[in-house]
Amino acid sequence: MKTLYIKGGRIVDPAEGLDKIADLLVKNGLVYKVAPGLRPPPGSEVVDATDLIVAPGLIDIHVHLRDPGQEYKEDIFSGGRAAAAGGFTALASMPNTDPIADDPAVIRYIRSKVEQAVVRVYPIGAITAGLKGEMIAEMGRMKKAGAVAFSDDGKGVMNGNLMRNALSYASGIDALLIVHEEDSLLAAGGVMHEGPVSSVLGLRGMPAAAEEAMLARDIMLLELTGGRLHAAHLSTAGSVELVRRAKAKGLQITAEVTPHHLLLTDRAVKNSGYHTDTKVNPPLRSEEDRQALWEGLLDGTIDAIASDHAPHSSDDKDVEYDFAPFGIAGLESTLPLMLDEINSGRRKEFNIAMLVDKLSAAPARILGLPGGRLSVGSPADVTIIDPQRSHVIDTAKWYSKSKNTPLNGRRLTGAPVYTIVGGEIVMKEGVVPE
Amino acid sequence: MQALRRKDILGLEEMSAEEITLVLDTARSMREIIQRKIKKVPTLRGRTVLNLFYEPSTRTKASFELAQKYMSADSVSVAGTSSSLVKGETLKDTVRNVEVMGVECVIMRHPVSGAAHYLARSIEASVINAGDGMHEHPTQGLLDMFTIWEKKGRIEGLKVVIVGDVRHSRVARSNIWGLKKMGARVVISGPPTLMPPDRAELGVDYCPVVEEAVEGADVIMALRLQKERQESGLFPSLREYAELYGLNARRLAGANEDLLIMHPGPVNRGIEISSELADGPHSVILEQVTSGVAVRMALLYLLLGGVKEE
Repeated sequence: MKTLYIKGGRIVDPAEGLDKIADLLVKNGLVYKVAPGLRPPPGSEVVDATDLIVAPGLIDIHVHLRDPGQEYKEDIFSGGRAAAAGGFTALASMPNTDPIADDPAVIRYIRSKVEQAVVRVYPIGAITAGLKGEMIAEMGRMKKAGAVAFSDDGKGVMNGNLMRNALSYASGIDALLIVHEEDSLLAAGGVMHEGPVSSVLGLRGMPAAAEEAMLARDIMLLELTGGRLHAAHLSTAGSVELVRRAKAKGLQITAEVTPHHLLLTDRAVKNSGYHTDTKVNPPLRSEEDRQALWEGLLDGTIDAIASDHAPHSSDDKDVEYDFAPFGIAGLESTLPLMLDEINSGRRKEFNIAMLVDKLSAAPARILGLPGGRLSVGSPADVTIIDPQRSHVIDTAKWYSKSKNTPLNGRRLTGAPVYTIVGGEIVMKEGVVPE
Repeated sequence: MQALRRKDILGLEEMSAEEITLVLDTARSMREIIQRKIKKVPTLRGRTVLNLFYEPSTRTKASFELAQKYMSADSVSVAGTSSSLVKGETLKDTVRNVEVMGVECVIMRHPVSGAAHYLARSIEASVINAGDGMHEHPTQGLLDMFTIWEKKGRIEGLKVVIVGDVRHSRVARSNIWGLKKMGARVVISGPPTLMPPDRAELGVDYCPVVEEAVEGADVIMALRLQKERQESGLFPSLREYAELYGLNARRLAGANEDLLIMHPGPVNRGIEISSELADGPHSVILEQVTSGVAVRMALLYLLLGGVKEE
């Protein structure tokens, strides 16, 4: 019987209300015991976690793996290794692939390839066929094939009646809809946040109202239909307020935010001299929006942090601003960036337990996944973090095939040192063996 | 004479009042060359310039090419279309190929804002932005300021009103930055749908009623109205635009006696400006064109001129 003994770490498990120094014993891929002073059975693999944080495995609920169809940007294998390097033990993959994951066959294809990935991969299916926003996709059959949620991520569902039906139908099969809130007419042609900076740069803007109007509509529809809604990548102050009020009303709504929206503003477009790595959808917003996102994260309005890992090759990005695709790659930088926020002390209320909640417990809760906690008998998915390790984001060393991030070169404190999936060490000291 | 201590001219936002003054001073000596019978100086002999125009242009392209000829630079002009950029060779590859043939300065017009910044980052040669999307058209801003300076003897303290589609105008942005740095007050006017969504950073006043905006104006610039703006629903019709915002003598009654009327061209007569005004005594629209050659000669000289170490 294979055992793994993680010795002397600070166990931070918000789902179990645990924050103490203890040992963790893993047997057969499951958590066997968590207690101080455990004696490992002979032959156990031992990880010394002294001065390290031992957390339930992190789950990234918003990842674009580009597989099938655009494997030159990323594939399940490279994306899985990038996730492991970034401290994630599981991820959920978005359906805007080629072919689109709007059919059980594509969901099954992803599931079959997951064997190759070093982390757990949960496919998300499309809400509408072909992501066209015209017909509801076969959510029921996709759910049976293994889809954990449904999303037309990358664009909003413009047709309000279709969205109403999708929400209503999904409530009957207990399916979660993840919504990319964007009125494509209000945002038409936009490549960055509309505001003083876009006005100076002469770039077409996407107004905050393009996100907020759609989110407001969907919250009203949610009230009408019941069901569950998860708002992806909130980016504006108005969106935070809408979710806050919807929660106060008791609606079943959750929300996520990305590190880049928490750390950067539209000034980055200007300061970088129109660098296309700053082009992302939703766009980097104003400083006021950024502060509101932090408030929402800290007061619980925003449940989770997700990378919205959107890999693009340098050929795709190395063009004029208007011609570049939207997206920032973030699997390998999300956790270090957030750890650095804690270390810097910039947000007094932001601490490790909260971070583990936003990156592990909440994602598991939102998608109804196993994990997110280290209770006895749960899968031994574990992320071990060195909160004091200082390093620099260096995309040249990334496992991801794509290097598109405006945060390259940032000096940070705090990094994952072990990623453990089902009791197997898949990343040690930043290295993910093939 | 001094040189500009910069590799590129990408926009007036990033230029200082001192640099702008240097360009205007230099342009004054260049204008003297244009007025000679033999318009040729050897200053840039053996220097090589590429004119790369991804958008149609008559005035700006001719103006740059003449400036190069008058200065004895060798130049080659290439016209591209933005669609070939998307499908064919990338901008970076195009220019790198020309660069290894020995080009030292690239003049580029491009439909995408920021394309000049992108190009400047990608190559060693100097880049002069001849208009990038809706961002800036610095040589137009400089020639407009040169024209004002020649006519008025100063820029500081003047009230300049820019009327029309400021939102989509690179000419307006360059003028706003340049004029403000030189101490002018800039007011913009036109329908709200054609104004920049947020004026906080631009630092201009907005007055939607043209008659009020031009009160006490020393200079009025009309901008070209692109017909496709009406098609995209930003105003109801050309005739309504002309009736509410078109410049004509009656509407400008409140402006100063020695008012200058400017337009970057090409002019839509009877829409943004009446022929009576465009051809009238206050109009300096043709002088702007002459200034253009002088200013572009000055820029080529200051970027590539004799002071450069070999």
